Amino acid sequence: MKTTLSVLVENQPGVLSRIAGLFSRRGFNIDSLAVGTTENPDISRMTIVVEGDEYVVEQVKKQLNKLVDVIKVSKIIPEDSVTRELVLIKVDADSHMRSEIIQIAEIFRASIVDVSQKSLTIELTGDKDKIAAFEELLRPFGIKELVRTGVIAVNRGANTIKIEEEV
Amino acid sequence: MTGAELLLKTLDELGIDTIFGFPGGSALPIYDALYNYKRIRHIRTVHEQGAAHAADGYARATGKVGVVLSTSGPGATNLVTGIANAYMDSVPMLAFTGQVALDLLGKDSFQEVDITGVTLPITKHSFLIRDKKDIAKKVKEAFHIATTGRPGPVLVDLPKNIMAEQVNEDEIRRDMNGFIATYSLKQHLPENFKILLEKAATMIEKAERPVIYAGGGIINSDATAELLRLAEKINAPVTTTLMGISGFPTEHPLCLGMLGMHGTAYANMAVTECDLLLALGARFDDRVTGNVKKFAPNAKIIHVDIDMAELGKNIDIDLGIKGDVKQFLTEILEILSQKKNEQWIKTVANWKESYPLKYCSKGLKPQYVVEEICRQTQGEAIIVTEVGQHQMWAAQFYKFKEPRSFVSSGGLGTMGFGLPAAIGAKLGRPDKVVFNIAGDGSFEMNCHELITAARYNIPVITVIFNNRSLGMVRQWQELFFDERYSHVYLDGADVDYVKLAEACGVRGYEVTEKSDLPKIIKQAVEIQEPAVIDVRIDPKENVMPMVPAGKAINEMMGFD
Repeated sequence: MKTTLSVLVENQPGVLSRIAGLFSRRGFNIDSLAVGTTENPDISRMTIVVEGDEYVVEQVKKQLNKLVDVIKVSKIIPEDSVTRELVLIKVDADSHMRSEIIQIAEIFRASIVDVSQKSLTIELTGDKDKIAAFEELLRPFGIKELVRTGVIAVNRGANTIKIEEEV
Repeated sequence: MTGAELLLKTLDELGIDTIFGFPGGSALPIYDALYNYKRIRHIRTVHEQGAAHAADGYARATGKVGVVLSTSGPGATNLVTGIANAYMDSVPMLAFTGQVALDLLGKDSFQEVDITGVTLPITKHSFLIRDKKDIAKKVKEAFHIATTGRPGPVLVDLPKNIMAEQVNEDEIRRDMNGFIATYSLKQHLPENFKILLEKAATMIEKAERPVIYAGGGIINSDATAELLRLAEKINAPVTTTLMGISGFPTEHPLCLGMLGMHGTAYANMAVTECDLLLALGARFDDRVTGNVKKFAPNAKIIHVDIDMAELGKNIDIDLGIKGDVKQFLTEILEILSQKKNEQWIKTVANWKESYPLKYCSKGLKPQYVVEEICRQTQGEAIIVTEVGQHQMWAAQFYKFKEPRSFVSSGGLGTMGFGLPAAIGAKLGRPDKVVFNIAGDGSFEMNCHELITAARYNIPVITVIFNNRSLGMVRQWQELFFDERYSHVYLDGADVDYVKLAEACGVRGYEVTEKSDLPKIIKQAVEIQEPAVIDVRIDPKENVMPMVPAGKAINEMMGFD
């Protein structure tokens, strides 16, 4: 089972290694991890996709909360959130394959970001399923390279994940 | 004022008056500041590991934070075992390490080690101070983190130039004006604390066979008086973990002693048969639970702990309450009514009578040695231990009266902890007689700290339970490895511990006859000097009862 967690952390050196260390030490599996600063430059937001059952996810949340630099951990509910990932795919494309690939890219609203004699590089944004479907369609042409950013997620509606006022 | 002077002044303001440490190149500016700083006493141990354990022992015996200081590189790495030990047992500790100057950092400079990296999994938190303006703030944050919530060690890495440079006092004063360390520690109680409290009270009132299982959290949160009141109010027998020992008076009729692998038979029976287990500041360690699936099989379990992550980590619970044990006890005492549980109390009393801790009194038995120390000190000494058989005998046979009178390495099980920890405990509690109960194997690991005891004339009495072997390992080899005694006998180099003690400037005694023991213990207590008593105990003696690893705790051997 995959669960997406949104983690607000102090933007301090060493935070990433503390979190990565926690996962490896306790045997939790990270599916993906994306991190960047938030609207507040002192705070970073990590989106972590964890693989594991309810017990594991509960432990991950609690152990993350114990880290001094972690401000808040929230579980992202798939139905109530928007999740996106960006992927760059370099695919084999000589001149007679090129138009077919471009057609597929258009269907997915992907954009061609680089062209050479023998390859096309395509940028696609979407959720996991869309990216997987796109990858599947490109595979027969020969994928030379594939890079993905890891999932980021945000709640739908006016709900935000912010630092609570201290009780 | 230099950065180092500001560091000391900040520690002073935090009420710290004792530091254990060992100097070195990167720590020179700090040691230079200590030269004139008379309000802080510095105890130099022989080895940095000893300094860390001494700070740990000091913290456990006093409830204050233990402070250790070392230089960079090897000085810092020598602290690692001591820090891990404090981490496992939730001991508040500040570890200050010198570090190479900032411009040398990351260049594999002489005596450079990434100590915040090395200690990442064994500290509650750590700081590398990169700006001298942060010294006072970060030190106060570190203190706050080490002592708030579940206590633990915090490491502060101090680059040499940051400590040596002048700081602007006015600027610091302005910066620190009104500063309160509030590093986000998520300490607030759960919103439904009151509801949970009511639930717990209902479960307790419904229970017919309750048992209280108390851990080190009882001592850390200073809740021993409340624990006693609760036990008496609801008439529940109390068993403690190794860390909880001294948190409930051994001779109280409701005391079941320790549970688990080397717990009393009656504690393990009571836990197995109870219908409610109230776990207070304990963490269901594998040495306590044995086979977790068969632990307290008939009981509803209430778990109260300051650390949310412990709730439901090792065992399924029926009610988990995140909170300070003292607060929980204080509030629940107000809503609980008196309970009798007569039948249950009678059953437990029967077990206590039928299956007491016992030993054959022929020869010089280790259990007798503990009992004799207890008799002479009236259960009022601070008992520090090393790790192994002697540790278990001390836990089983000493009758503790006051909290913080048992100091032992629980989670990490660090051989060599006892002597330096005893030194720290004695410095923190000079009014107390301090014994270090040791095995010959553990004692040899850090016996060089006798030099520290002699140098500062710290009157700790080490009693070596000398069985010429690594007794606990030997016991396992006897019971589970077909008596294949692999590398456990310490003979060959027949160490004369009396001479070893004397060479360090410490009094040494040898006891080979049972009849000599009382007067030698008496003498060692009276002289008020560091001493070593080498007691030649029966080398075949095993710690019993015993729950073999992985078995249910009522599947004990050696108790009837």
